[in-house]
Amino acid sequence: MHDDVESTVQRICQSYDNDGRRLMDIVTDLHREYGCVDPEAMDLIARCVNVPRLRVQSLVSFYSFYAEAPRGRIVIRLSDDVIDRMHGYDRVAAAFCDELGIGMGETTADGLFTLERTACIGMCDQAPAGLVNDVVITHLSSDKARQIVQDLRRHGDPHQLVTSLGDGENGCDLIHSMVRNNLRKAGSVIFSPINRGEAIRKALSISPQEVIRAMKTARLRGRGGAGFPAGMKWEFARGAGDGQKYILCNADEGEPGTFKDRVILTERADRVFAGMTIAGYAIGASEGIMYLRAEYAYLKPHLEDVLRRRRIDGLLGETVLGRNEFAFDIRIQIGAGAYVCGEETALISSCEGKRGDPMTRPPFPAQKGYNGCPTVINNVETLCCVTKIMEEGPATFSDCGSDQSSGTKLLSISGDCKRAGVYEFPFGTTLREVLNECGGLEAQAVQVGGPSGKMVSPADFDRKICFEDLATGGSVMVFGPQRNILDIVHGFMDFFVDESCGYCTPCRVGNVLLKQLVERVRDGSGEPDDLDQMRRIAGTMKATSRCGLGQTSSNPVMSTLTTFETEYTDRVQDGPDGQRRGFDLAESVKAAESIAGRPSVHTGQDD
Amino acid sequence: MTPGITFTIDGKQVTAAPGQTIIEAADTAGIYIPRLCHKPGLEPFGSCRLCTVTVGGRPCSSCTQPAAEGIVVESDTDELNEHRRALLEMLFVEGNHFCMFCEKSGNCELQALAYKFGITAPSFTYQWQKHDVDASHPQILIDRNRCILCARCVRASQDLDGKSVFGFVGRGPNKRLAVNAEARLSDTNVDVTDEALDVCPVGALLRKHVGYKVPIGKRQFDHTPIGSDVEGEPAPDDCGCGGAENVCQCTQSE
Amino acid sequence: MGENQKARIATTSLAGCFGCHMSLLDIDERILQLAELVVFDKSPINDIKQFTGRCDVGLIEGGCCNEHNVEVLRDFRKHCDILISIGDCATMGGIPALRNTVPLQECLDEAYRDGPSVHNPSGMIPNDVELPLILDKVYPAHEVVKIDYHLPGCPPSADTLWEALVALLTAKPVELPYELVKYD
Repeated sequence: MHDDVESTVQRICQSYDNDGRRLMDIVTDLHREYGCVDPEAMDLIARCVNVPRLRVQSLVSFYSFYAEAPRGRIVIRLSDDVIDRMHGYDRVAAAFCDELGIGMGETTADGLFTLERTACIGMCDQAPAGLVNDVVITHLSSDKARQIVQDLRRHGDPHQLVTSLGDGENGCDLIHSMVRNNLRKAGSVIFSPINRGEAIRKALSISPQEVIRAMKTARLRGRGGAGFPAGMKWEFARGAGDGQKYILCNADEGEPGTFKDRVILTERADRVFAGMTIAGYAIGASEGIMYLRAEYAYLKPHLEDVLRRRRIDGLLGETVLGRNEFAFDIRIQIGAGAYVCGEETALISSCEGKRGDPMTRPPFPAQKGYNGCPTVINNVETLCCVTKIMEEGPATFSDCGSDQSSGTKLLSISGDCKRAGVYEFPFGTTLREVLNECGGLEAQAVQVGGPSGKMVSPADFDRKICFEDLATGGSVMVFGPQRNILDIVHGFMDFFVDESCGYCTPCRVGNVLLKQLVERVRDGSGEPDDLDQMRRIAGTMKATSRCGLGQTSSNPVMSTLTTFETEYTDRVQDGPDGQRRGFDLAESVKAAESIAGRPSVHTGQDD
Repeated sequence: MTPGITFTIDGKQVTAAPGQTIIEAADTAGIYIPRLCHKPGLEPFGSCRLCTVTVGGRPCSSCTQPAAEGIVVESDTDELNEHRRALLEMLFVEGNHFCMFCEKSGNCELQALAYKFGITAPSFTYQWQKHDVDASHPQILIDRNRCILCARCVRASQDLDGKSVFGFVGRGPNKRLAVNAEARLSDTNVDVTDEALDVCPVGALLRKHVGYKVPIGKRQFDHTPIGSDVEGEPAPDDCGCGGAENVCQCTQSE
Repeated sequence: MGENQKARIATTSLAGCFGCHMSLLDIDERILQLAELVVFDKSPINDIKQFTGRCDVGLIEGGCCNEHNVEVLRDFRKHCDILISIGDCATMGGIPALRNTVPLQECLDEAYRDGPSVHNPSGMIPNDVELPLILDKVYPAHEVVKIDYHLPGCPPSADTLWEALVALLTAKPVELPYELVKYD
């Protein structure tokens, strides 16, 4: 066994030239063979790639898809987010636990199964969902859960769980998945018919500066949510010297409630890769990396195949379209379960084979990014727009949309609506129109922009989806009148506690404290003071956190404390006689009551 | 002398050498910006966020933000001090800080900052998380109950000692200090003379056998608030301009 | 409080060591001045067991480690206008709170069965209706009732207690100089 591990580690490390920057791939590959990276393997990897052992351990311990202790041969990960919970996550989880005879986070005695919860896997339109190794399972129910376990016990092959195929490319041999696109509304940009190669041909017929100018003329802004002008980003990187540069595509679609990149990558991967290639030409980069979240690993063979065909057709490679002066190729970097890696500098850290800690800014990636070189990071959807702008010209693109937001926006709509799925709307569409189309007009609240976005009440349904009003990366979660707002807020805070990288104080501690306070208020033991406390913590997190995660993770609380204030104020009151309602005497003597075998003489006498 | 970068901190004009961060320029000018993870001689890290200032109204950590010509920096404001107080309280409830018997008490920067900000008790709920102690090494102790994850030891070990004894594992609330060995400090190449052992702002990393050497009343922060050394008493002939001759109002008017 | 009327003070030691009370007595001859200013209601100093009336100030030493502590603390909050946590045990749990990261059963086993200095052949853990049930952990006073002021220290020095009390009793703001607020 010992020699076996040693030779496996050596083989894997060698396949990445013993390059420490490829630690993510090395660790991922080792997981495929052994299911974990144990202390022995850590030592071996460290020796092979010549880094301190602690760096390997640091990496493995950071990502939720990695493990130091052996896990089951089959890892079942249930997507645990607000939408999955609304659609019966608890029942499904209980069924899996019961059928497997283990608790959440445990491994069966026979070493066959491990059951875990994981953050949103990008399937909110077909929730509750989960992953069995790389295989996506959707529309789960407790019956299905039991059946899945029984089937797996019988054949042991997660791929055999796919008995019916999804629509479009989901059914192709390389994806072979039950996932459905649920593309409800294809607009004029992203999901328009594709003319493969056309955009690159047009881009290469003009100078890189002219390509950048086209992006500016089209007023293209980043689709990840922040809306930074893409042309300007490219210009910074282009102006940052003549050395090696990189284009990174952010396909780490981790914001709970978004899944539109999943559909783009399934149906329009060519358009994304073309966008990367055009960006590479514009800034002078010869290498691109697509950072693909581990939850979408099932798409990797398909994406690799698209890349392979593009190389054959001269759309990638040493001489793109036969042009000697333009070489460009793309590799796919698979993630390992960390929402923070969607933050662009954390994404770079991860690509470099490190923990997904965001980096200190300045310097900004356009000056000093991947491997210390100027780097541009664009969202999947943004890169599609790039291709479309080259195909049809900037004017056509900017004709569509609102004043400050040109083009279309993909929305991932889920929750209490009749038609969950992906919609492509022109920027400037009102939330009311959106809700009308998806059949969600009865909503009491809509979370726009994912947990770090805004909770919008019906009074604001006429607000517009665009950068100057309701800016969003595309997540739209619809909550019907039957939902408890504080349950939702609590779910979001739960997510941020799990996903904070822990680097800076306000985010590492603040999220935990906020979550506890929300819990206290929700459960009826809050006091008016607690609401002040929430505002205080949230204010400090917003002002002092190091990256966007901590700066926005208090938004669920702050946004609802404003828009849905009575949800909080109705639940809090001062304790009798100066008592703290957060302290529960009955609860705190429970352990002693059971040890001593007698009841407390004091509980029940409260107030 | 290279012309300096000129800007203001709390209305006071200061100069910085090119490449200097705001906090470095502030130190030179005798303006103390509270900090925990920052330590001169170590690479900027920016994790504690105590040194958050505003530049043109936007918050940033002054230990990582380069000084720039003409920027308007605010540090000693009610709002920022309130954030600092909240950050300190967060650190106190996150760890298990038993000052009453800690060897570092009186010389602890976390404690000293809490004194400076007049914190008599944190208002947040104590977390009481279990943290491991590593006493395996005959001469060195790690008490993670007190660790504030500032990475001073991580950086010092790497950059000053040329080793990689310390690092972090886990993420979020589960992030913790780890050593470059399967489990114990005694299995690393740490040495009692390592500079990494000198930089811990709290009592998380200590040399054994030397505790409580300085009696109460003689310790670093018993009588003098933290930051006094930076603020210092200006020399009689020093106008307090921090050496910014070309911009100093008082030398020009004389 | 009127000029001729002395302020009423109550004190208690919950999960503390009485060190803070000792420190109060350490004000030495100033205790005569204090006697001019206040009259003691319920307190271990005079052994009054029950409140005799409403108090202006209550001094809390110690955190809450058992249900009895909680009852006493709540009673203090009910009877006192101003409640002050004195000492690290009241403000953060103190030494007793060292057990807070350990499950209760483990704590009891270590204390009464398995500890290296324990001789207990019967393996009995003290359990009598007279013994208040122990809480899952030790709580600082302000997590159980509202506390108006905190005076940390182990113990807070006599000067700290004196200055704070005098300020309160003479209706001045409690603003202690740097050297009087210490956590050790």
